[in-house]
Amino acid sequence: MNAREESLLDAIVKNSSSPWMDGSGDLADVVISSRVRLARNLTDVPFPHLMEERQAREVLDRAFAAVKAISAKAAKGAFAELGAIDLEDISPLDRQVLVEKHLMSPQHAQPGFGKGLITRPDEKVSIMVNEEDHVRLQCLYSGLELDEAWITASGIDDLLDERLDFAYDDRRGFLTACPTNAGTGLRASVMIHLPALALGDEVSRVLAAVNKLGLVVRGLFGEGTEGQGNVFQVSNQITLGQTEKEIIENLSLVAKQVVAEEKRFRDTLIKTQRSGLEDRIFRAWGILSNARSMSSQEAVKLWSDVRLGVELGMMPGVDVRRANEILVIAQPSFVQRTTGKAMPPEERDTRRADLIRQHLLPSRA
Amino acid sequence: MMCDECGKREATVRFEQVVNGKRMVMNLCSECAHKKGIMSVFLQPSFTISNLLSALLGSQVKGMPALEAGGEETRCPVCGMSYRDFARAGMLGCSRCYKTFEDRLDPLLRRIHGSDRHVGKAPAKVGGSGKLRRELDGFRKELSQAISQEAYEKAAQLRDKIKEIEQKIRGEEA
Repeated sequence: MNAREESLLDAIVKNSSSPWMDGSGDLADVVISSRVRLARNLTDVPFPHLMEERQAREVLDRAFAAVKAISAKAAKGAFAELGAIDLEDISPLDRQVLVEKHLMSPQHAQPGFGKGLITRPDEKVSIMVNEEDHVRLQCLYSGLELDEAWITASGIDDLLDERLDFAYDDRRGFLTACPTNAGTGLRASVMIHLPALALGDEVSRVLAAVNKLGLVVRGLFGEGTEGQGNVFQVSNQITLGQTEKEIIENLSLVAKQVVAEEKRFRDTLIKTQRSGLEDRIFRAWGILSNARSMSSQEAVKLWSDVRLGVELGMMPGVDVRRANEILVIAQPSFVQRTTGKAMPPEERDTRRADLIRQHLLPSRA
Repeated sequence: MMCDECGKREATVRFEQVVNGKRMVMNLCSECAHKKGIMSVFLQPSFTISNLLSALLGSQVKGMPALEAGGEETRCPVCGMSYRDFARAGMLGCSRCYKTFEDRLDPLLRRIHGSDRHVGKAPAKVGGSGKLRRELDGFRKELSQAISQEAYEKAAQLRDKIKEIEQKIRGEEA
């Protein structure tokens, strides 16, 4: 890792804010972010789960060389700022923070040889090398911006393909380690915040309908985290037999319907239970800005209420970005990273409460 | 009827999923259904296609040749994986495996995705009639959509495009 990459990593793991949570983009009062992921592999090289160390290193070197060539050619702009990080060079804590910031998967943070992450200061693009597939490229945008995310991802995919020669078959498309990703290799997903539907006990009804349309629903950090902070990730399941455009249009359409349903419930809540709702939201704000000890779970739960308040315009002086940062500050590794050492849970809870209080101080408004 | 998953207990749950208009049916005992999360009242996050995959791999999908019992197994010339290894790991060994095991994999792809034909983006290096054929598939799909939405003007344009590509393909393959 050179000095530029070290400062890139340092800036990312210390910053509680990411551009994908700045509240910009379409329907950003319900849709937190949009993500497009492309899975690609090199021809006739064993997939990562079968690779020997030597082969993994070769793939990592080839991917890093391709990215260096792309950023050198770009001279300036977003591509020029791409940095390549060998995950063996960084601490387990930093790897976990990269997971908490949604730049890579939990699986990729596990120890192993030849794993790499390529990203840039705006965190909108990240490329995992030697995760389940040789290359997994993701673009993450704030709001419902799947088209934007796809255009960016496809552009980088073209540049990488010129240099890496991706495995492709005319009939089966891009070839992936798991046949559930073959074809387009595309997984598009939207992260949506559904507090009103949750209050009305309607989330399961809406999401069951989403499931029936061939889409998958997961939680904030993937499978097993359903419902945390009333945040849900909806993504496509099918990757073969549909064009990228169809997959993205289909998901956008469904996301818009879920958003409409959430908004309908928000309207009803305001009309019928305004004072109760306000009380709930300001209580959450009161606890977040005053508590002396707070678990990650509690912070994420309270965050959901505060974000709803911001979205309903009940909290002047707090913008979506500031509210969203609580979600990052709540995470265990991010908290520990601010002190630079591993901490027992009680110490973490105290530190977390301190960080959130400082973050919400009126002087920062 | 026995459970498709364990093959030991009586199946009591019938799970149907329609993907791309193709129906997929599994008959499960309540224990296996629980394991897959089908019985949970809330959502069904663990019951994803990737979890179903290992069950599919072990089972006999229509159109798939039977696995040879014992004896020599076909192995991929690049990575050395056999189909049995794949069924255990749930993942293929390398890109060549798709060719090596195509007679078993294509039915599986149809089962997972409802299709075994890619109609999306292709790398720039891929040219020739393959690329045209994929474009053709895409336009045909758009055409049937346009017709079902009664967008006849768009349909007429698409029909012209399809004719044009068909001629090009005949030209290239002649």
